[in-house]
Amino acid sequence: MSIILDKVNYSYSEGTAYHVQALKDINLKIEDGEFIGIIGHTGSGKSTLIQHMNGLIKATSGGIYFHGQDIYDEDFNMKELRSRVGLVFQYPEHQLFETTIFDDVCFGPKNLGLDKKTVELRAFEALRNVGFPHELFYQPPFDLSGGQKRRVAIAGVLAMKPEVLILDEPTAGLDPAGRDEILGLISQMHKELGITIILVSHSMEDVAKYVDRIIVMNQGSVMYDGVPKDVFRQYKELEAVGLAAPQVTYLMHELQEKGLPVDVDATTVEEAKESILAAFR
Amino acid sequence: MIRDITIGQYYPADSLLHRLDPRVKLFTTVIYIIALFSFKGIVGLALITGFLYYVIKISKVPFRFMTRGLKAIIVLVVITSIFSLLGTPGDIVFWKWKSLQLTDAGIINAVLMTIRLVYLILGTSLMTLTTTPNQLTNGLETALAPLNKFHVPVHSIAMMMSIALRFIPILIEETDKIMKAQMARGADFENGNLIQKAKAMVPLLVPLFVSAFRRAEDLAMAMEARCYNGGEGRTKMKPLKYTQEDYNAYGIVIGFLVLVIIAANVVPFPQ
Repeated sequence: MSIILDKVNYSYSEGTAYHVQALKDINLKIEDGEFIGIIGHTGSGKSTLIQHMNGLIKATSGGIYFHGQDIYDEDFNMKELRSRVGLVFQYPEHQLFETTIFDDVCFGPKNLGLDKKTVELRAFEALRNVGFPHELFYQPPFDLSGGQKRRVAIAGVLAMKPEVLILDEPTAGLDPAGRDEILGLISQMHKELGITIILVSHSMEDVAKYVDRIIVMNQGSVMYDGVPKDVFRQYKELEAVGLAAPQVTYLMHELQEKGLPVDVDATTVEEAKESILAAFR
Repeated sequence: MIRDITIGQYYPADSLLHRLDPRVKLFTTVIYIIALFSFKGIVGLALITGFLYYVIKISKVPFRFMTRGLKAIIVLVVITSIFSLLGTPGDIVFWKWKSLQLTDAGIINAVLMTIRLVYLILGTSLMTLTTTPNQLTNGLETALAPLNKFHVPVHSIAMMMSIALRFIPILIEETDKIMKAQMARGADFENGNLIQKAKAMVPLLVPLFVSAFRRAEDLAMAMEARCYNGGEGRTKMKPLKYTQEDYNAYGIVIGFLVLVIIAANVVPFPQ
């Protein structure tokens, strides 16, 4: 039991001409140790949804429970929640401000009121966990490449030792190599540090390979929630709402139509290869 | 949270006021302000109130939108009215303490000052609510074009204004995002004393400035790539053109001013 969302609704600018209902009756349960992908096209409410999970946005109605505690209770410690549910935003430029990378990563743990030694130790650990090269630790963060900035941003949140790590479009604007690196890194953190990961993306391709549960958002509601192969089986419906299943899914369906006995539930290139080879054996 | 700022905000609707030429609306606003600060007597006040009520009605903008703009200046209104209430010498003195006094002229002054300020905000915010920033600067540029002869860079000023206005919502949104990103790392913008609060601004201001400079550079580059070189010889996609409605509006507004002036001379009571 980690995070429970109970009938969460949220509207922007209520009572004005710009009124938008961003979330409609969201019910979700996120367990410890899960690796979840949240998918939806632009404006589907996925970014709004994740900001509810660490209390940055207050739901218009409904309840959110973290380890059984109502986060909207008067005496609930929001700051502690934000350290335990870490959220990395899409643009690292929005959070880098210190003169050196190391100091910037120290910002999170320092805000938790830890002593200097612990803060520095945590920053060091976090930067190592994201595979950041040691010789750049004391450089200013503004000249780094997109991928490196993202690593620093992730480290900045990781240094608070969160139990749940939410990443909003961590691969946006990266080249394919940088994308694979960041996703590999996230998957490695999930395995080695045992933290719950929630990955927000609009690309099925990105998440299919790594996650073990997919939540599809459409117009502020949860459209599908399940393991990747069950979700991708609905590839026609996904297409109708402007999303696409991984290319592998299309290939396997076409091969099957052509009469080749392959497994249409293959979600990664690796699985597809095995299945096609098996069909020819 | 910061989304609620109304100043300079546009309210989309389809009304006569929205359709009017921005030059007409600028002119009307100037006339309205002149009328507001030159009227005398109850008839003049009634005329202005009637005019304001009428334009608000035909604008189709919900009244609470304008009152939200009022909230921001409530402190200013209270302070100015207290000063004129206690600082004006008059014929009948109700109460006196050192240099503070409560007089008949003071009461009238305070009431008038409050009415003027409130009406001023309502009237001017009605203009920005019914005119997009682009139309507004476009109108200003055309209206001020004669100043070009005196080497006033009207086009550059208008361009700067429209860029500045265009960037307000972007920067507000950016501030919101940066605040959230830092709050997610445990930053606290609300609690603490003045020094702590000022210190808490650093993680907000540095990324904001970095991004503002980056945006400015990108914009300059994009403008140059489109061969922008100032106002000379530049044509407009939608040049401003007066319609019959605009001429009618000019007539009504001038008539309104004349009436207010007549009222001030004929029935100048009470002050």
